[in-house]
Amino acid sequence: MKVKQLKVVVFITSFVPIFLLIGGLLTNQLGANPIETLTRETGLWALRFLLLTLTVTPLKWLTGWNVLVTIRRMLGLYVFFYALLHMLLYLWLDQFFDVDEILKDIIKRPFITIGFFTFTALIPLVVTSNNAMVKRLGGKRWKKLHQLTYLIAIASSIHFYMLVKQDKTEPLLYAGLLALLLGMRLYQWYLKSASMVSPRNSFSRL
Amino acid sequence: MLIRIKRLGEMPSSEITDHQVYLNRRQFLNGVAIAATATVLPGSLASAATDPVPTFNNLTKSPFSTSETPTPFESVTSYNNFYEFGTDKSSPALLATEFPDKTKPWRVTIDGECDNPGDYDYDDLIRPFTLEERIYNFRCVEGWSMVIPWVGFPLADLIKRAQPNSRAKFVEFTTLYDPEQMPGQRRGVLDWPYTEGLRMDEAMNPLTILSVGVYGQELPGQNGAPIRLVVPWKYGFKSIKSIVRIRFVEQLPATAWVKAGPREYGFYSNVNPNVDHPRWSQSRERRIGDFLKRETEMFNGYSEHVAHMYTNMDLKKNF
Repeated sequence: MKVKQLKVVVFITSFVPIFLLIGGLLTNQLGANPIETLTRETGLWALRFLLLTLTVTPLKWLTGWNVLVTIRRMLGLYVFFYALLHMLLYLWLDQFFDVDEILKDIIKRPFITIGFFTFTALIPLVVTSNNAMVKRLGGKRWKKLHQLTYLIAIASSIHFYMLVKQDKTEPLLYAGLLALLLGMRLYQWYLKSASMVSPRNSFSRL
Repeated sequence: MLIRIKRLGEMPSSEITDHQVYLNRRQFLNGVAIAATATVLPGSLASAATDPVPTFNNLTKSPFSTSETPTPFESVTSYNNFYEFGTDKSSPALLATEFPDKTKPWRVTIDGECDNPGDYDYDDLIRPFTLEERIYNFRCVEGWSMVIPWVGFPLADLIKRAQPNSRAKFVEFTTLYDPEQMPGQRRGVLDWPYTEGLRMDEAMNPLTILSVGVYGQELPGQNGAPIRLVVPWKYGFKSIKSIVRIRFVEQLPATAWVKAGPREYGFYSNVNPNVDHPRWSQSRERRIGDFLKRETEMFNGYSEHVAHMYTNMDLKKNF
């Protein structure tokens, strides 16, 4: 019952950003360039949910609340939801689905290349997100595949960093958070391997 | 025999309305307009605050103006790149409401390679010139554009008065440096103060203006009050805001965005759909208020007036 309540709360809360954006659009509150605002905000929310997804495990270590793991999949699906909106806004309103222009853009501009890669890499994770697929792949292989999340997170941070014109404070803030979350994993992994084998060996494994 | 030759842009002093009289008249008209709105429409003060009330009257119309519909006043004055007031486009409108501090005089220095340098108070600086309305396309390097009804006068008129000498090959412009008034300058986002530059022929081109207003009003702080440059065939960052110095120089001046990213921003920065910014395409633009993007035109549509200045230049190299 507790788990179910938590899930409902997370499910509804995660829709708040998109409701606020749509509301802002309808009431003309998104500034002089609402399309730019929508594109930027959906991208940012995808990144925020991605960081939230990656916060679940370290938070579980710190607090011992195993229940957190039950919302990770939902958070991951919201990453895809906001990333999909972000991508569609680019394809539709920036490029008007002009395939030639889009391909040129992907080849020519590194930040678009990385953004495109990042989005594409989310697809296998979404497809294998249900319980049946976890069973079919087997826990180990599924886990390995979903470690792609780390790469996706690093790539999105680079995408954000590269597209900002001059003031890199905000992308650096997100990159710092990601570094912290990945650093905690590395540290945990180090502790684990150190306890399993002799210290000298574990050091060489790092 | 001494013959007094009348310089261009000069008129008999008897014809000049004293600027204080002019200002008082404007204040009076403003007062009347506000009072009228308040009596007739007590419930709609909010809209009265956003609608531009003209303070410059009898502006000369210009043949250089576009017939396109101007971008709404609200957008022109709320979506601004003015890093001196933060890097967010909405922050200049929030942080520059009191800018420039009316208790401090605004001085503009004209110096360098010229025979008639000077240090002018803002009112003295603009007094000799006839103000015009110039409705120009404005294209930002980021890929958006607006149509803006500026109030200003040709930079050429001011240059003629300063009498540049033969060593003057470029004009360098400098923005105020005052971190107290400009909070964005407390962070090293750009190498403050902001500087820009034009080649002499570009500066003398009749399209190039010094602007003191938009929509018939004095420039709001966020748009570069009290005086700024407008060069409509170049990307917006060339149109430097809140100018305190105009200097004639022999060497190509170092400019703010070239210093920040020499691979991405060039000295010329002419609007050119065929030369992409390394990180985004310049072939199209989103006109603020439009849903879809439109094609960007060479020299922002001003080819007939400016293309001749660049005939022997490789614009891919001199971007």
